[in-house]
Amino acid sequence: MEFIRATHINFMGVRKAAYVVSLVLMALSLGSVALRGLNYGVDFAGGTLLQFRFSREVATEEIRGVLGSMNLEKSIIQRFSPTEVVIRTPKLSQEDQKRILSLLKEKFGSAELVRVEDVGPAVGADLRRMGIVALLAAIGGILVYVAFRFEFRPAVTSVLALAHDGLTVIGVVSLLQKEFTIPILAAVLTILGYSINDSIVVMDRIRENLVGRKKGEELEDIVNRSVSETLSRTINTSLTTALPVLALYFFGGKMLQDFALAILVGLVVGTYSSIFVVSALWVDWEKRSPRRR
Amino acid sequence: MRRRLLPWRLLVVLGLIALSVLVVFPVRGRIRLGLDLRGGSHILLECVDTPEAPVDEDAVRRVVEIIRNRIDQLGVAEPVIARQGERRVLVQLPGVTDPQRAVEIIGKTALLEFKDERGETVLTGAHLKNAQVQFDRLGRPVVAISFDSEGAKLFAQATTANVGKPLGIYLDGKLISNPVVQEPILGGEAQITGRFTLEEAQNLAILLRAGALPVKVEVIENRSVEPTLGRDSVNAGLRAAVIGVILVLAFMVLYYGSFGLLADLALLCFILFFFAIFIGLRATLTLPGIAGFVLTVGMAVDANVLIFERIKEEYRSGKTWRASIDAGFQKAFRTILDANITTLIAAVLLFSLGSGPIKGFGVTLSLGILCSMFTGVWVSRVFVDLFADRLKMRV
Repeated sequence: MEFIRATHINFMGVRKAAYVVSLVLMALSLGSVALRGLNYGVDFAGGTLLQFRFSREVATEEIRGVLGSMNLEKSIIQRFSPTEVVIRTPKLSQEDQKRILSLLKEKFGSAELVRVEDVGPAVGADLRRMGIVALLAAIGGILVYVAFRFEFRPAVTSVLALAHDGLTVIGVVSLLQKEFTIPILAAVLTILGYSINDSIVVMDRIRENLVGRKKGEELEDIVNRSVSETLSRTINTSLTTALPVLALYFFGGKMLQDFALAILVGLVVGTYSSIFVVSALWVDWEKRSPRRR
Repeated sequence: MRRRLLPWRLLVVLGLIALSVLVVFPVRGRIRLGLDLRGGSHILLECVDTPEAPVDEDAVRRVVEIIRNRIDQLGVAEPVIARQGERRVLVQLPGVTDPQRAVEIIGKTALLEFKDERGETVLTGAHLKNAQVQFDRLGRPVVAISFDSEGAKLFAQATTANVGKPLGIYLDGKLISNPVVQEPILGGEAQITGRFTLEEAQNLAILLRAGALPVKVEVIENRSVEPTLGRDSVNAGLRAAVIGVILVLAFMVLYYGSFGLLADLALLCFILFFFAIFIGLRATLTLPGIAGFVLTVGMAVDANVLIFERIKEEYRSGKTWRASIDAGFQKAFRTILDANITTLIAAVLLFSLGSGPIKGFGVTLSLGILCSMFTGVWVSRVFVDLFADRLKMRV
């Protein structure tokens, strides 16, 4: 079976369109983060998340009614399974948590508290700080590595594409108003580390092909040839990684679904950017201010 | 050279497989599960200053000790009680089914006071020797307490002075019982009857036995998972992992034919070695850790993809089959190294900076990347060399 042959595809011909797509993606992401914001989970925002299990199917409206008696009707109430419900409130005291449980027991006959995530403001702040440090350190570490590994210009375009990938993942999480939790942050970090790989493959090939540059061969042609030659590996490595993550999304349970989604988005956008954006940016840079070789 | 060493290389692979099988099987009970998978509570406490009791070094040390006493009485297997930083205490209670009760028992100051009519404290729980649940004549649970000699003396004085008057019993400033003294109690023993449920009485007895905390303690983080919910997570994660592995195995065979089959063999070695090392390191598997493992299954065959694609190219450019294989492995190696190092940077950061379950993600991702470099390059090479003459790949 062979999906992709090393045919000659004119990737550089559509680079203007690719720029537009990428700019739109980034604008949407930034806009969403700026306007809708990130829906921080209890990890980062602090607060209380309680998951209850009932012996019968329960509607979220019934729960809301119960919470209303404690002036908590504005809480976020989500169905986890037909008989399980997750509620998210500002940080509750032990007594209030206990009271909710007994109110629910009263109303539904039986109710069991099966998960608690209770994070105080100080811990939330700690986790936020730790998250930012991890993010910056990851970017820093990758930058240092790429700087050693690459020439200057390919390094810059790869890192630009990387920022684009990470931003898009965060943007999608914001657009869908998925909770921004520690696992989502982990997904973003992983995508940063993983998605630069394809860019490295493509840029390495370009360097290789530049050495054996044929007379009269345009820069665009070399890049097109390089991207085409590495296309099957770019796609296959992403695909093999995406397959188990898809399994995670569909079969891995609700708790890992958002994480899997973030990774999938990152894989798709990372593959796209390493095919259409990284080398295109480099070509335009080289054409505008050519370096002597 | 490489060819002549092949039997030895094969022997190493087989040896590692045998060793790993010994470590990994039978799987049941070999892998340590995190609290999010086996159920349990992760509770972070912080000692806070109050005007009456400012926090100092000694107080924090005593808090740790008293909390340990309380937990011992809860009967939790393998609890973790550790001081974190200056004022924080981390408590991990695997397998706890009632997290609210655990939090209640751990976080309560449990200062017992006896106050006379004028509200003056005549005696505190500091003089307690023992506290136990008993039942009164009506079968209601009560907490029977006995004082040490000093306490017995004070209690005798207080009861003598207050015959016919109420003597309030307060827990953390809250009145729990207000009995009227019938006659002086000289034996240093008493009962607290506070209309308790059995559980409340048991909790109180535990708290009184372990002693009051010297300073106020707040629960600043509580992550608890009920064991059956944890089991659901394990099952879902396992299902996803199995399906994910099957998908990757199938893809590699469909796309790369017999070479894909060898990559699949290497992938199975990866999974085996991964868990052998994981168990060997006594690492803890968490739910995000499962996600990290599933992710590395997909990444593990990336090395094979890069190598096989390179072999195809080399072969197309007119090299012999063997030369193509040599060149493919050699030239792809640099790329594989690059690819793994950048991902490893991100993984190690999660490992070192993360807390709790997410640390498990960093652990499995880092271990997966390192392990897959070995199986994807070195082990696959052994398999490819072994079958090189009989293999064909459509190019």
